[in-house]
Amino acid sequence: MFPELNSILNSTPDSFKSSDFILVSDRRADASFLIHHHLSFYLRAGCKVCFLGLVQSFSHYSAVGQRLGVSLAQAREKGQLVFLEGLKNSIGVILQEDTSQETQPLSYLRTPGAGLEGLFRFVESSVRQSGDGDAGESWGPPVLLIDDLSVLLSLGVSVGAILDFTLYCKATVCSELQGNMVILVRCEEEDADDDEEGSNLLQRGLVHQCNLALHVEGLPTGYCRDIHGQMEVWWRQEGETICNRRKIFHFKVHDKGASFFARGTSSAVL
Amino acid sequence: MAAPVRGMIGSTSIGNTTSFQKKTRSKLVSIPGTRPSVQNGQLLVSSGVSSLDYVIGGGLAVGTLLLVEEDHYDSYSRMLLKYFLAEGVVCGHELFLASARDHPDDIMQELPSPIVDDVAGMKISEGQSQPSDPENPDTMKIAWRYQNQPKVQTALASSVRFGHYYDVSKTMEPELRQAAKCHSFYQLQETPVSKVRNVLRLGLHSLGSVLWGDDVCCKDNPAHCHALTTFLYILRGLLRTSLSVAMVTVPSHLTQNRAVMGRIIRLSDTAIALESFKGSEKETNPLYKDYHGLLHVRQLPRLNCLSCEVPDTKDLAFKLKRKQFTIERLHLPPDLSETVSRVSKTELAAGCGSTATGNKHLDF
Repeated sequence: MFPELNSILNSTPDSFKSSDFILVSDRRADASFLIHHHLSFYLRAGCKVCFLGLVQSFSHYSAVGQRLGVSLAQAREKGQLVFLEGLKNSIGVILQEDTSQETQPLSYLRTPGAGLEGLFRFVESSVRQSGDGDAGESWGPPVLLIDDLSVLLSLGVSVGAILDFTLYCKATVCSELQGNMVILVRCEEEDADDDEEGSNLLQRGLVHQCNLALHVEGLPTGYCRDIHGQMEVWWRQEGETICNRRKIFHFKVHDKGASFFARGTSSAVL
Repeated sequence: MAAPVRGMIGSTSIGNTTSFQKKTRSKLVSIPGTRPSVQNGQLLVSSGVSSLDYVIGGGLAVGTLLLVEEDHYDSYSRMLLKYFLAEGVVCGHELFLASARDHPDDIMQELPSPIVDDVAGMKISEGQSQPSDPENPDTMKIAWRYQNQPKVQTALASSVRFGHYYDVSKTMEPELRQAAKCHSFYQLQETPVSKVRNVLRLGLHSLGSVLWGDDVCCKDNPAHCHALTTFLYILRGLLRTSLSVAMVTVPSHLTQNRAVMGRIIRLSDTAIALESFKGSEKETNPLYKDYHGLLHVRQLPRLNCLSCEVPDTKDLAFKLKRKQFTIERLHLPPDLSETVSRVSKTELAAGCGSTATGNKHLDF
């Protein structure tokens, strides 16, 4: 959890907006540090978290979570965290061809044209589970975190199917259960030509559905060792009111967090 | 992650000078040719080229995928692949080589022979930066302000010797090569792979080229463009759950669709691109006369930590000499860092009475 980002977004683990759909995107940069922030934020807030980790292993997130002060292994044991390990389970799906219950969410690997219904069923069952094994311990509102939705494009799923999936998730998690959603999408260069099936189309479609968009890019002036990039915060909708505020910050990622500052005020140049 | 290491384990590879063995509770048996990373404890293997190890943050982490975008005639990327495999032979790792164009045995026969004497080792210690001796004032008369700056080393190397050096004019002795277990996959035949407890190095040559049956490189909108990307995704999943490291070369200059190349880069962990000057107009450019090509670092992985080893400059050039493949900085980056002391500013500010340790963001 990054305290500076909390103050920028005006949210703390004790008081944050519900029914929020946050879209994290990047272009030729790496915005995964924001996913780590949100993961530790919602675990600290006591929410029930469903995490679809499609591009990295569980130990990667738990190692980073350790540095940020949350224990993912403990949360998974207690039932607060449901983790779908994409990389590890996908080997089983591709090589062994068994259609047991555990491999249903990753059925898009075998039949990418069929859509993401299996994945949605998995998400729905995880967020609807009530904690009834632990002396009635109930968690807060459910949160869905997806690390890298755009990898599904590389696996052959169409943009339309992915947008359908996010719409279903939004209807279930945000509207029905008053929970939050944080999705990471990675884009390529802004290509003026075709690219009908590209990640830019996916990102534009998702931006229309979201309440808050965080876009990470490299610095427009070139590469700098001490400023790792710029992040644009776009407040689109707060509750019922539609606002349209944008702000740009520069950031630097350290070992234990990230610091954000206004443009031009990095300590390297002052 | 496949092999996290807590504490230091003395590596038994040739030339590694550390022999400190700390009693740890880690159940990892120390595998020759590997060492833990100083940054985050990842188990690293050398890529065969010590400058490249330095550029990608100490070495290749076990369980990751290195993507090399080939240069136009596939000369230097093939050289990097051979260095990678030769390093595996010398360290006793298992090898797996897949190639569509040349038979894997042909590539194996061209592996460079390792230099076993310590001549290269001595050269490294000479090239290291020496702090200037303040008792020797007659070294600089005009630029005396720079007396106390450390000497800039253009060649990138780390102080601890990790990896080996190879003489590219000689090929490896057949006995040395036979000693390594090598499995190969040629486009037309298949061989089974056995499971043993050692680091497995996978080399995949020219993946995505037409010879593999893929049309990513021919057409603007390939019919099955997700076959290659799905393969890379599953390969990375396999690598994460085993003690292996893979090096894949891709002819990116043939790919018409830039979006596919972007996806391929994001599906791998470390990605570099080689651009050689042969046949291009840069060959006659006086700026590049000492070098054979440019090396672009496209992506560095963040494994088990938030930040990665950020290089201070991205302008790197390489040259292939007989005994070394060196990567050097083309020119220095601007001197901007958080630790640069601005002595004159605090002297001026002292007159205004403000503290020197005020809010850094508001100081002018």
